[in-house]
Amino acid sequence: MTSTLATLAPPLMIGLAFGFALERAGLGSARKLMGQFTLRDFTVFKVMFSAIVTAMLGVFWLSRLGLVDLANIYVPETFVWPQVVGGLIFGVGFIVAGLCPGTSCVAAATGRIDGLSAVAGIFTGVLGTGLLFARIEPFYNSSARGQWLLPDALHLPYGAVMLLVVLIALGGFRLVEHIERRA
Amino acid sequence: MKPYASPYVAGVALGLVLLMSYVWAGRGLGASGAFASVASAAVQQVAPGHAIETTFFGRYRAPLSDWLVIEIVGVVIGGWLSAKIAGRARLDVERGLDVAQRTRLAHAFLGGGAMGIGAVLARGCTSGQALTGGALLSVGSWLFMMATFASAYALSPLVRRFWR
Repeated sequence: MTSTLATLAPPLMIGLAFGFALERAGLGSARKLMGQFTLRDFTVFKVMFSAIVTAMLGVFWLSRLGLVDLANIYVPETFVWPQVVGGLIFGVGFIVAGLCPGTSCVAAATGRIDGLSAVAGIFTGVLGTGLLFARIEPFYNSSARGQWLLPDALHLPYGAVMLLVVLIALGGFRLVEHIERRA
Repeated sequence: MKPYASPYVAGVALGLVLLMSYVWAGRGLGASGAFASVASAAVQQVAPGHAIETTFFGRYRAPLSDWLVIEIVGVVIGGWLSAKIAGRARLDVERGLDVAQRTRLAHAFLGGGAMGIGAVLARGCTSGQALTGGALLSVGSWLFMMATFASAYALSPLVRRFWR
């Protein structure tokens, strides 16, 4: 029982905080998310880049201070073309549904039937692709680059890439605040 | 109904949740992976032979107690709790003024279907790739993020009228 609790507690607590933060920001609302694309409300960009910068700097400094070993953190592997094509298809789904998988779950949890409909659609899409997996498997496994990081790809020090991400975030925040004021 | 939190404050909080996940669980956040696990459970139930044969459904053992499935249960509870506290939890179909409920539900379902296909190909979605891999500076995660926003913005002029 205690071991079950010890396995269940981290994902449950992390998920709870994740869902709470998304809803607080308004990302359980398709209308709010779509503001990103109708250029009226850039909450999506602001939340995403604040989160990325926080976690990026946090994980870097924790490892610098010897409080965490980067080798113990799983870095998603790169498969260039599957991720580019997957992203393009995902973007079409995102703009049509007005929600992404995580935010669909939050929308559904807060009573948005359209969120529930998106959840059902995602499930169907994943199931269907899984059933046809043998046909796409060669493509799925193509252009594999392993754990490939931007500092290696851009031939820049890790710190320089972090600075670049911070500058993109800060520049982006200024730009979208300006666009929002004009809208 | 209370107003939403500042996106910057909520974003930093979300970043700290992601950081906590890296440190505590050795991995970041996810969402679409949970759908793959549940789909595997369904296939293993209906056609056990097929599940073992395919590398996609076969790799999930005990899919319903998978880390991401438990995490998504947490997301649902956390999202509901936040909305309940703020008085935002209510049954509703969110849609533009000129859009029928059925049309909106169809859009959500079809868009969801495309996201399901894209997330399988990309090995993750906005959570597992853009946020998790983005903060770890994974090249594939940034490519995914840029491709997602590129196609979403390319189609946005056609979709804008649905959200008046």
